[in-house]
Amino acid sequence: MSNVPSELRYTKSHEWVARNEDGSFTVGITDHAQHLLGDLVFVEVPDVGTDFSAGDDCAVVESVKAASDVYCPLDGEVTEANETLADTPEIINNDAFGDGWIFKLQAKDAGAFDDLMDADTYAEMIAED
Amino acid sequence: MAQRTPLYDEHVALNACMVDFGGWDMPINYGSQIEEHRYVRSAAGMFDVSHMTVVDLKGEQVRDYLRYLLANDVARLKIAGKALYSCMLNHEGGVIDDLIVYYMNDEWYRMVVNASTREKDLQWMQQQAGAYAVEINERPDLTMIAVQGPEARDKVHAVLGAEATAALQDLGVFFMREWQDMAVARTGYTGEDGYEIMLPTAQAATFWKQLVAVGVHPCGLGARDTLRLEAGMNLYGSDMDETTSPLTSGLGWTIAWEPVERDFIGRQAIQAQREAGLKQRLVGLVLDGKGVLRNHQKVIVDGLESGEVTSGSFSPSLNHAIAFARVSADIGTHCKVDIRGKLIDARVVKLPFVRNGKSCLE
Repeated sequence: MSNVPSELRYTKSHEWVARNEDGSFTVGITDHAQHLLGDLVFVEVPDVGTDFSAGDDCAVVESVKAASDVYCPLDGEVTEANETLADTPEIINNDAFGDGWIFKLQAKDAGAFDDLMDADTYAEMIAED
Repeated sequence: MAQRTPLYDEHVALNACMVDFGGWDMPINYGSQIEEHRYVRSAAGMFDVSHMTVVDLKGEQVRDYLRYLLANDVARLKIAGKALYSCMLNHEGGVIDDLIVYYMNDEWYRMVVNASTREKDLQWMQQQAGAYAVEINERPDLTMIAVQGPEARDKVHAVLGAEATAALQDLGVFFMREWQDMAVARTGYTGEDGYEIMLPTAQAATFWKQLVAVGVHPCGLGARDTLRLEAGMNLYGSDMDETTSPLTSGLGWTIAWEPVERDFIGRQAIQAQREAGLKQRLVGLVLDGKGVLRNHQKVIVDGLESGEVTSGSFSPSLNHAIAFARVSADIGTHCKVDIRGKLIDARVVKLPFVRNGKSCLE
């Protein structure tokens, strides 16, 4: 049912993480999460340069229905935020894994990426929801 | 297990996202809540509202009974089919429920009350009936569908045919008329023209499919909430309840103070409040900054708490956040709202925000 790309890693709180060629990581919320939230109307992205620990709330996505925190999946520093979300938050509904990315981060320990859930595990988890 | 309306299978067939709503399994949306909202503002949408409670009140003394039970005065209803919006108060002046009552004839009124308050409403109504010669009967055999939007009435007429069109064409706003075994009311909860139709449950699914076939867009409770908020219409349980007065809930206009000798339940209490002066009132807020207004956020004026948001959301018609808030009666034109620790600027505005597809903001 939901789309779960195999090359990404996932969190229990429905963030996805992509490893980029330059060593940075891109973070967004999953297609399953955007579906649960419904039409998004506001996104608060993190400030570039801020340090977060894994599990910190670092962004907010709001749908008509509800506000939901986005948690940082890895320890690291925000290097880029998707500023286009300010005017067009609905791109997360349309393309959660692509243009709807939320921020990029330089991880303290890139190896922690491998400890995140793989696509099969995440797909299993959301199937049980 | 949650209760299902007679249209449950239709919702599932249309891939609705179903949620529990006060013990009922109801559609929250059929894909996009914002798109559904826009259909109602620009064309025609429909809602399954058969979770709501339809009650028939009959008897020789039904008029006297309702003049005692309700804060608005059914004596204002002089033409058959005319509807009235009213609060039902407790003795302390708190709101037990808000409802619509239709005057069918001198010995028959029909009432539509909220789903979430069904049991306590019926119990209260029975309890107050006391010595009045009145019979109170629920109508679970009826299904209710609201068809709303500028094209709503034309679409309903198209489904019902020429004879029905002729019979319903001149139905006034806030009137109900019976057509065969349906009752068609020109009422709603969206700020648009349209009908609320009660019909025998056996006919409901077919009628629903016919409406879909002529282009009426199914809409869920999500769109229903943003539409009513834009239209400046209260939601029971959020904007008022048994602990709040109608006078601090933006419902003062629904109280029939005249004639002064009419003694309705709660009159003494709210009259005393009015004479003492009201410290709070319900206002509209429009957020100037970024973010979304949500229920229970604090409203701040000059660094002090003035009140809180009772219903807040994003307005799909205006493209920013709007809300109702219960605040100090002396609030000016500007305030701030505490949104997750940040104070964001908002304007205090008159309600409604939107009516008949157009913004009412200055």
